[in-house]
Amino acid sequence: MIEVEHLTKKFGDLKAVQDLSFKVEKGKIWGLLGPNAAGKTTTMRILTGYLPATDGKATVADYDVFEQPNEVKKITGYLPENVPLYPEMTVSSYLNFVSEIKQIPTSKRKEAVNRTIEISGLGSVRKRLIKNISRGFKQRVGLAQALIHEPQILILDEPTTGLDPAQIIEIRQLIKSLKGERTIILSTHILAEVTQTCDGVVIINEGKLMASDSLEKLTASYEEREGIFIRLREGGKEKVSLFESISGVEKVSFEDDEFKIEWTKGKDIRDEITKITVDKELGLIEMRPLAMNIEDLYLKVISGGVDQ
Amino acid sequence: MKNIWAICKKEIKTYFTSPIAYVAITVFLVLVGFFFHSLIWWFNSQSLQMSRNPYYFQQLNINQMVYSPLFHNISIILLFMIPFLTMRLFAEEKKMKTDELLYTAPISINQIILGKYLASLFVLLVMLLLTGILSIFTFAYGNPELSPILSGYLGLFLMGAAFMAVGIFFSSLTENQIIAAVLTFGTLLLFWVLNWASFSAVGIWKDVLNYVSYFQHFDDMTRGILDTTDVVYYLSFSFLGLFLTHTVIQSRRWR
Repeated sequence: MIEVEHLTKKFGDLKAVQDLSFKVEKGKIWGLLGPNAAGKTTTMRILTGYLPATDGKATVADYDVFEQPNEVKKITGYLPENVPLYPEMTVSSYLNFVSEIKQIPTSKRKEAVNRTIEISGLGSVRKRLIKNISRGFKQRVGLAQALIHEPQILILDEPTTGLDPAQIIEIRQLIKSLKGERTIILSTHILAEVTQTCDGVVIINEGKLMASDSLEKLTASYEEREGIFIRLREGGKEKVSLFESISGVEKVSFEDDEFKIEWTKGKDIRDEITKITVDKELGLIEMRPLAMNIEDLYLKVISGGVDQ
Repeated sequence: MKNIWAICKKEIKTYFTSPIAYVAITVFLVLVGFFFHSLIWWFNSQSLQMSRNPYYFQQLNINQMVYSPLFHNISIILLFMIPFLTMRLFAEEKKMKTDELLYTAPISINQIILGKYLASLFVLLVMLLLTGILSIFTFAYGNPELSPILSGYLGLFLMGAAFMAVGIFFSSLTENQIIAAVLTFGTLLLFWVLNWASFSAVGIWKDVLNYVSYFQHFDDMTRGILDTTDVVYYLSFSFLGLFLTHTVIQSRRWR
């Protein structure tokens, strides 16, 4: 659905994006991850036709972004990092204006505005001036603006920045609910966001591609060991040797009242561990898998680069 | 066309939902009213004096003695007001980052520019039409000729339209509205004083300076002389302003 090939963008001598290539399949949510100034916004601006690329090719739904920008713009909804709002307008008149410039036919305009207001939960503020509504609502108006013409592609630049935790969850739910019919690219530097909403991830740093794959494949390729965390009612550090004695266990550590038990990938010795804790009456109160979390993955990718 | 109208409507709404247009129009009308009043007052006293001499009395002409100078005064007021009406148009979009919405919507840059330009012309039209109220008095108590008044208004409109195009160009150059206004004002003032420079210039320069300065073209119109050269001059002035705006916006994005 979205294909980027050897994309390069220079601002003078500064290379904001270098030889970037990735692909997003239809109906998926893909996260664009990277530290500040990694080139996320630039990449998105190129995809939406706001900026031309210096070199390379980008296609959105078989339309070339540089050759047929208008076709791309018609099927793309874009939420820039700075939500483009006119403070002097009311929410509904703003959305009406957007529906006009996005060329929704006059007969369907009213319906489109009402539908978007409902989807994005703006009913209570529709008659208010944009300058008087809260940050969370502004962000939603921004999202509504991107959704109003029912685009196949959604490009969201840091959709949850500046929101409180409850609002972040709401916006995430909203984004997730759009998945399926729409292909979504969202940029973020909040790592948890990627695990919670995205199917895949493109990690870029200093304009260069560091990794690009589905989330499972990516974590799998970086994991060497599997393991669990367990928490016991009885016993502390002295029990480490007890777990080490189980065959197959490679490493046991104790930190923050938790045991971290790791073994070579492929074996599963969770049964043995449970058995020991029950036999010795240690009082097993918590057990959870040690998944390679996105923070580790991110740091690894950013520092080490890709080996694929 | 629909897209141009969408942008135009939005800009007109912005002019009239914020105090900008009201303040500008009010100040404009107060000043025009003042000049009109003093011109009429002067014309009255002249009439009284000349009524003793039948020959001079024949020479009294309200078009030449009131309207022509009034139009010149209005044109100067426009020169002061228009920079403030255009400074917002592109500078604010850039400052508020709303340009990202416009340039990623399926509309062309030309449509955006034209929409904004037409909105500014609408404000100009409202300003000029409202001064028409003054003519009620002159027609009620005197007998001015209509055609020089109409051609004078046409001249004002064309000149104002050219000013607006210059203003839009400078607004597209910067994201600071004050800079846009100052540059517009300076440029308009410079073109005005080129006319003075032409008095001392010699040879071809005299003609060139005369042609480039917009007041020379305006003078004939206030006296009821409608020349296509003048109309073409103002239209090309406007076109140049809009064309440069397009170039600026296009090149910004390519940089």
